[in-house]
Amino acid sequence: MPSTTQLAVLDELKATFAASVLEVTEHVGDVFVLVSRDTIIPVLTHLKETHRFIYLADLFGVDRFTAVDRFEVVYNLVSLATGTRLFVKTRVPEDEPVLPTAIGIWSGANWNEREVYDMFGIRFEGHPDPRRIFMPEDFEYFPLRKEFPLLGIPGSIELPNTTPDPENT
Amino acid sequence: MSFEQALNKQGFLTTSVDALVNWGRSNAVWPMPMGLACCAIEMMAFAGPKYDASRFGSEVFRFSPRQSDLMIVAGWCTYKMSHAVRRIWDQMPDPKWCIAMGACASTGGMHRSYGVVQGIDNFLPVDVYVSGCPPRPETLIHALMQIQDKIRQHPTITLDA
Repeated sequence: MPSTTQLAVLDELKATFAASVLEVTEHVGDVFVLVSRDTIIPVLTHLKETHRFIYLADLFGVDRFTAVDRFEVVYNLVSLATGTRLFVKTRVPEDEPVLPTAIGIWSGANWNEREVYDMFGIRFEGHPDPRRIFMPEDFEYFPLRKEFPLLGIPGSIELPNTTPDPENT
Repeated sequence: MSFEQALNKQGFLTTSVDALVNWGRSNAVWPMPMGLACCAIEMMAFAGPKYDASRFGSEVFRFSPRQSDLMIVAGWCTYKMSHAVRRIWDQMPDPKWCIAMGACASTGGMHRSYGVVQGIDNFLPVDVYVSGCPPRPETLIHALMQIQDKIRQHPTITLDA
């Protein structure tokens, strides 16, 4: 069951953004709010400013592997004032995996968004440093997409040269 | 009195240069600790007082590749890290040896994944593979003794000449 503070936040959110809150689900005490893609930044800003969700605990991607709205980005928010946790989700289609960046709201979103880009290829518009974070920069694939093989694509990442380079030795 | 008896009486002994050089080399194998994951903790225990690698002349962990003879790759190695490991290996002076410590360094182990090199022998010439996850310090000592055996059997001078 959602707590009373979670319910209060949900009621207020539904009243303010009636058209953009698409779905609310609950699982073992956590509440998930699915928000339409074009209003994600206003909703997140509102949650931070009105309900004091000042802590972005996590931001991650999901590959649902569906024909419609294949990718999902989840924002795990914590309100340090009330101790409430809220998951805000939004979905992007495979042919245009683009979302506005949340760095303007929580600057800690920077590396999380780079990770989501690295693993799923979802681009964050307005990101100041949209590079890969884990994989080599010339890597051509997105490893957490479902079609990517577990052991990778042979030869896609370079191994060191086994003939010593005179400049390095 | 034979010539050899005469030498012994004076406090001399005869041996081959190979045996002498290999005796020195095998009892002063200074490791380059390439601690990449949890195996490095066991590697530290190997050097510490309880297991005491100094009994074998290998207590001096050198963090400079220029001063080391043996690279102990302890832990899983990613493709990104492999370039740094290989570069340090190239900077070590000859003769040098390599131990792949643990399942991950030997085969990739449980890290059956796109980012992890499935065995460091893809880019390093490994002399001894150590099984275990992580191996106990005794196992690493055994690997060191295997390296010592290998050094002692190596015809150093005849090969160079």
